Amino acid sequence: MEPILGAMAALALGALASLLLRGSPRLARLYSCGLAGAGCALLAAACAAALGGAQAAGLTWSGWFPFAALELRLTPLGALFSALVGACGLAASVHGLSYAEEYDHRAGWLGFCYCCFLPAMALVPLAANAFTFLFFWEAMTLASFFIVVLEHENPRNRQAGWLYLVMSQGATVLILLLFLRLHGACGSWSFADFRAAGPGLPSRTRDLIFLLALVGFGTKAGLAPLHLWLPQAHPAAPGHVSACMSGVMVKTGLYGFLLVVFGFLGPGPWWWGALVLAVGAASALLGVLYAVLEPDIKRLLAYSTVENVGIIFMAAAMGLIFSSFGREAAAAAALGAALYHAVNHAAFKSLLFLAAGSVAKSSGTRDLERLGGLIKAMPRTALFFLAGCLALSALPPFNGFVSEWLTFQSLLSGFGLPGTPPRILCLLAAGALALTGGVAAATAVKAFGTGFLALPRSSGAAAAREAGRPELLALAVLAAACLALGLVPGKVLGVLSGPVAGLVGFGGVPAGAASVATSGLGGCSPAILLAAAAAAAAAAWALGRRLGGPGSARRAPTWACGMPGLTPRMEYSAAAFSKPFRRVFGFLYQPRREIRPSAPAGEYFPASIAYSAGIRQLILETLYHPPARVLMRFSHAARRLQAGSINLYLGYLLVALGVLLALFLSGRLG
Amino acid sequence: MTRAGAAAFGQSLALIALAPLLAGLIKRLKATLQNRRGPDLIQPYRDLWKAMRKETVVSETASWVTLAVPYVVFGGTAAAAFLVPAALADTPLGPAGDAIALVYLLAVPRFFLALGGLDAGSAFGGMGSSREMMISSSAEPALMLALFAAALEAGTTNLGAMARRMAELGWAGFNPGLALAAAALFLVALAECGRLPVDNPATHLELTMVHEAMILEQSGRGLGLIEWAGMLKLAIFLTLLADLFLPWGAALGADWTQLGLGAALCVLKLCALAVAVALVETATAKLRLFRVPDFLGTAFVLALLALLSQGVVRIGL
Repeated sequence: MEPILGAMAALALGALASLLLRGSPRLARLYSCGLAGAGCALLAAACAAALGGAQAAGLTWSGWFPFAALELRLTPLGALFSALVGACGLAASVHGLSYAEEYDHRAGWLGFCYCCFLPAMALVPLAANAFTFLFFWEAMTLASFFIVVLEHENPRNRQAGWLYLVMSQGATVLILLLFLRLHGACGSWSFADFRAAGPGLPSRTRDLIFLLALVGFGTKAGLAPLHLWLPQAHPAAPGHVSACMSGVMVKTGLYGFLLVVFGFLGPGPWWWGALVLAVGAASALLGVLYAVLEPDIKRLLAYSTVENVGIIFMAAAMGLIFSSFGREAAAAAALGAALYHAVNHAAFKSLLFLAAGSVAKSSGTRDLERLGGLIKAMPRTALFFLAGCLALSALPPFNGFVSEWLTFQSLLSGFGLPGTPPRILCLLAAGALALTGGVAAATAVKAFGTGFLALPRSSGAAAAREAGRPELLALAVLAAACLALGLVPGKVLGVLSGPVAGLVGFGGVPAGAASVATSGLGGCSPAILLAAAAAAAAAAWALGRRLGGPGSARRAPTWACGMPGLTPRMEYSAAAFSKPFRRVFGFLYQPRREIRPSAPAGEYFPASIAYSAGIRQLILETLYHPPARVLMRFSHAARRLQAGSINLYLGYLLVALGVLLALFLSGRLG
Repeated sequence: MTRAGAAAFGQSLALIALAPLLAGLIKRLKATLQNRRGPDLIQPYRDLWKAMRKETVVSETASWVTLAVPYVVFGGTAAAAFLVPAALADTPLGPAGDAIALVYLLAVPRFFLALGGLDAGSAFGGMGSSREMMISSSAEPALMLALFAAALEAGTTNLGAMARRMAELGWAGFNPGLALAAAALFLVALAECGRLPVDNPATHLELTMVHEAMILEQSGRGLGLIEWAGMLKLAIFLTLLADLFLPWGAALGADWTQLGLGAALCVLKLCALAVAVALVETATAKLRLFRVPDFLGTAFVLALLALLSQGVVRIGL
């Protein structure tokens, strides 16, 4: 535990330094990011070491609060999530060294919130009782809320922060209820006691706790239809904080869910898994279908986070289903896939968010319709972004491929379950996952193709310069991690078997060679596929040289249909790229468009044409607006009580006093 | 290397080398069906030869992506060819990639082709990329479920073992589940390989092309490699159909008689499939772009029914 305390001390020092140095923004930025990076490196190293070791170190402070003790314990599962926070935080902090320049007008406050956000997030998975968990959970939410509203002049950010705060607090209420219910059953706040008491509870209580966990933690994780805050709040924060929020903060929701459902409750009825599978598939599909339409690069990535969280929960749901049928080996394999994808998503999503932050800083816009051509101005950033896009699209040999492959294997193993309903469910989920994969690839092509290729579409994009050295270093390390996590799946699965064993009591993630991922049904090795493809490409190159000589390519203008020169306005725009999806999935988007030529009728060539297009936010309008309207009507009615007249309020006091006296005299009170 | 290993390796190389012949055969059959004389069977080889020797012209606006695309596309597709069993029910890279990995591996060339389409900045390329990504993402569920149906039959996703199972089944291989899955895979193959009624490989009409639009700015050696990879992809899909869904065929052992018989049967099945593709391409007109998802939706429903029927037939309700 000592290294973790050291890490916390470094982060606290960072918070303090950035407050004290807020007068000189440059120093505040360097100190906060530097100390945060050092703390995160220490944290990641300590937690990674604890992943392998079996001994569970712990710490307790009992004097601080009169009613509860702060209690930390290093379990394998918690260590995995904390290590993720450390690794992601390290990359984000290094990136922030030069990137956060953009926010130097608020460097002190940003540094302070950032250095509070990271340790809170790192300690949530280490909490060993309900009080500690909620304490750090709230600290994490509040710190990130203040970063989301950092640029509060922008009304969109204020609205995003407000939505985020309301939904997070609502979710926390549910989590609190869940812990209260467990406390009621065992009379203690300690997770160890929850773990002992959970399996013996009556089945209706267990169902209730399961549903509370799904909704409460699902909100934090960004499961549809509770994801609304996510695509608003994540892009509003500075790039390196968005990376942490999307890369690891949503994973604390996953951690909470796994802890409660697998850790406390144990195997349940199979409809639990079925429900989670349906919710996960819906999140994956909705997330990716909104991502493919999104023109804002950071919001596109945020929607893709919803998609990936959906995929993680689909794998976790297979774990639930298998364990409810008593198939522990299959459950362990499914949970291995879920955790693997959680790690992978942390790597590639933070890479993409960091790169998007650098792009936004360098070109001054996040709108894909105004980017383009960056591969020439920012060649290294472009290369790393491409690596992230390949991982996002689950293409071999990158890491996303392995975890999606494992998820497919789990879904296919679901056909061996007894009874037709689970099998049909797995079938539909496999179809949904395949569609998700296809649309995710389209999203990645759109993000990279319109953002980085061809000609710049605005003066900002044309004037972009390569990102600073610390930024490139962070991107390079994350891109290498994406590739490495894909090349050695056997090793990663071996490391994950510890946390998995903590969940299902059986770590049997099948062991194989380091470069091979295996499941009960088959195997695959991205490294060998990469080698084969590289050999074939080299052979093709050699063949080309032999047949056609070394001839180098001649440069010529792109054919522009006979027009004198290619202009950016001739390029396919991001909206045009996603147009086929807008039509094919029109039932979901319900797109509307309006074209107004501004010229008197009858003329063939209008002076200008105004075009506007949009889609309906179906989930917002059908699921959120009706209850919100009821709430507003109710509060309008309640407002009559608050007429603003002091006499009326005195009257209320008198009435209340009278009622209490009457109750007292009738003997009902006391 | 054992004889089985050498045979497995050789069949993949043969698949790569003979893919243009299959494309030539389909072209010739189409011509015959349409009362034309048509080009020689080896015309695709002549075209490739010509393209490989021509000068490469690259757009001024393009980046290194355009230069890398042909090699990634050819490398990825050729690596996929090493995962597919043909004459022998085994693959040289056996455990390195199964049916699911094959689907994802084939997605890599497509991803880079789409990027290449956007790289030059012309509207045609972007249009092709956008349509290709839409078509392929609608095709993916059907493709995955069709392969799942065969995987359930064999109890594994290992392609070699799946082919072995099919070869062993004989008459029992004719079951409704596999037939439906084969139909689904055939429809997907037409869409994935840019054949009619989804895309017309012979057209350069601006508003209808998909695959050709993406590679409009490619030339010379690069174009040759991409064309070759396209033919190889068609060969891979047809070989999958032949080995995983049509019973008999693939040799179980590596002795000469079995290998010879396996190769002969594989060629026979591929010819039959080539006739089927030529018939479809002659008999149907190109679909409007936004009817393509319906077409692939049909494939998806067929694959779904296949899996349901597999579930009922094999495991019981």
